[in-house]
Amino acid sequence: MLLELKGINKTYDNGQPLHVLKGIDLSIDKGEFVSIMGASGSGKSTLLNILGILDNYDSGEYYIDGKLIRDLSESAAAGYRNRLIGFIFQSFNLIAFKTAVENVELPLYYQGVSRRRRHERAMELLDKFGLTQWANHYPNEMSGGQKQRVAIARALITDPTILLADEPTGALDSKTSEDVMKLFTQINREMGATIIIVTHESGVANCTDKIIHIKDGLIGRIEDNRQHRASMFGTNTIMK
Amino acid sequence: MRLDFDTYREIADALVRNKSRSLLTGFGIFWGIFMLIFMLGGSKGVKEQLANNFDGFASNMIGLVSGTTEMPYEGFKKGRYWNLTTKDVDRLKSMLPELDEIVPEISAWGQDCSYEGHSQSSISMKGVTGGYTKIETPQLKYGRYINDADVINERKVCVIGRTIYESLFPEGGDPCGEMIRIGSIYFKVIGVDMASSNISINGSSRNSAVIPISVIQKLLNRGEVLDIILMTVKPGYNATQVEKKIRTLMAREHHFSPEDKPALYCVNAADMFKLIDNIFTGVDFMVWLIGLGTILAGAIGVSNIMMVTVRERTTEIGIRRAIGATPRDILSQIMMESVSLTVMAGTSGLVLTVLILEIIEKVSGTSFQINFWTALISLLLLSVLGVLSGLAPASRAMGIKPVDAMRDE
Repeated sequence: MLLELKGINKTYDNGQPLHVLKGIDLSIDKGEFVSIMGASGSGKSTLLNILGILDNYDSGEYYIDGKLIRDLSESAAAGYRNRLIGFIFQSFNLIAFKTAVENVELPLYYQGVSRRRRHERAMELLDKFGLTQWANHYPNEMSGGQKQRVAIARALITDPTILLADEPTGALDSKTSEDVMKLFTQINREMGATIIIVTHESGVANCTDKIIHIKDGLIGRIEDNRQHRASMFGTNTIMK
Repeated sequence: MRLDFDTYREIADALVRNKSRSLLTGFGIFWGIFMLIFMLGGSKGVKEQLANNFDGFASNMIGLVSGTTEMPYEGFKKGRYWNLTTKDVDRLKSMLPELDEIVPEISAWGQDCSYEGHSQSSISMKGVTGGYTKIETPQLKYGRYINDADVINERKVCVIGRTIYESLFPEGGDPCGEMIRIGSIYFKVIGVDMASSNISINGSSRNSAVIPISVIQKLLNRGEVLDIILMTVKPGYNATQVEKKIRTLMAREHHFSPEDKPALYCVNAADMFKLIDNIFTGVDFMVWLIGLGTILAGAIGVSNIMMVTVRERTTEIGIRRAIGATPRDILSQIMMESVSLTVMAGTSGLVLTVLILEIIEKVSGTSFQINFWTALISLLLLSVLGVLSGLAPASRAMGIKPVDAMRDE
């Protein structure tokens, strides 16, 4: 198993303790294309944060590739995030004053890769996503779909073990959402990347091979969706 | 912390992104360093200009002038006037081994002099002995100074000051051997003193004709009475202590109370120089205080703006953290931004001030320029200030968690 969570508990304590994750047990294998679905407040974002080593958990065990991820120092966590995990956010989170190619290069900058090599690598990825002519444009000059593709390129540039996407289509229209999901599928099939998408859109979830339902801080149903028939709305398109 | 092109690029990006803000923030530092360096240079120049006034003047000199008593003493009423005499010179010589050179002086002001149709009015005629060169160093352009042989032989010779030379000999050249008329007597010029200090002992040297004291004694029919006795204190003796001894000696000889200050006017150059030194120490202290205060205000400005910038960039910093920037990366970035802003603004202030001081120096002819070490120290100071003003914002930036970035959306 690539990812293994055993009895993960997480409580936020903002004045009043809020038990968000109440013992999550979950394993995800290498090369899986998974979505995590749940209502708002179900704890899906917290789970994603823990999966992405953005946040600590209170009890339980979390292994990536057999390594226990627990109580890491800030810099060790940063190192793991940089090497193991690629993030894709709902609002793209590109750095506004950097061009597309500079944004894509950034994770390699923090790895200390030379300018020339990371530029080559970034251009390669942008080329693959059909964004070559947008390489020197700033994020505010691009459409939502283009921005999200740049963000995906940025997440992929370090060849991460896991690709984590938090509502990747949340800010996109249905046509673009479909394109982005197709891109995810392609990345999963061709590059063999493990992809975990957090969403509340059933159409998006329907594009993935496995749907994990999370409810009140616990794993509910795990649907096998290799037939992509989970949602009656999602068979042909993504409903917005 | 990596120090390569990328680091510069990141810093430049961050500073250029908000040009006017960076500029205004930097101006605080710029102005601070300008104030400090400019005032330091200014105080140095003024000090030097003042020092020029005393140029060639013995700093260990004591001068005596007799005055009117203000205390009854030994049966004498107060309000009595007494005179310094040539005997006092001998007394001082024999009684006070602390004294080096003792020079009597008699002057006559408001004399007219002329030479072949050129004339100059209201000059001072100063009668001295050869030892006067120890009191006020002459800068002889031509000839020699009065010596003791002139005094003993009562030669009618004179050394003329700069102004007199320029008036009587407008064509220049060596005037030695020429006869000039001062008052109603002809004197042979034996030397030209070009000293231009503003010290005036019964007339500044520029506007004086110096003659042997024995000649002026006869001329003015003064007998033994002197105007001033000038003396230098041997090195290693405290001028103030020596002054006390002189006062006691003079009081005994001339029957006035040693406590009676107005009876003997005593000029102590060492005290005067000390006073000036003290004033400038005070001025320098004020300059540093004001200058450092201004720079500090600028640094606080930088710190403040950096705080705002960090707040504004919460999302950006969060993204960087999420994609693998360590807290150290973030710390060094904010620090470098603050240091660069401070050092760049400060250096440009420094350069501008040095240029301005250079121009002032060229125009005034006095050294206003700060020395190399002052510049180096202020640069060091700027770097330290940059680091200090980056501390608070950087620690705030370090506190930003990657999750915060996403929460802000």
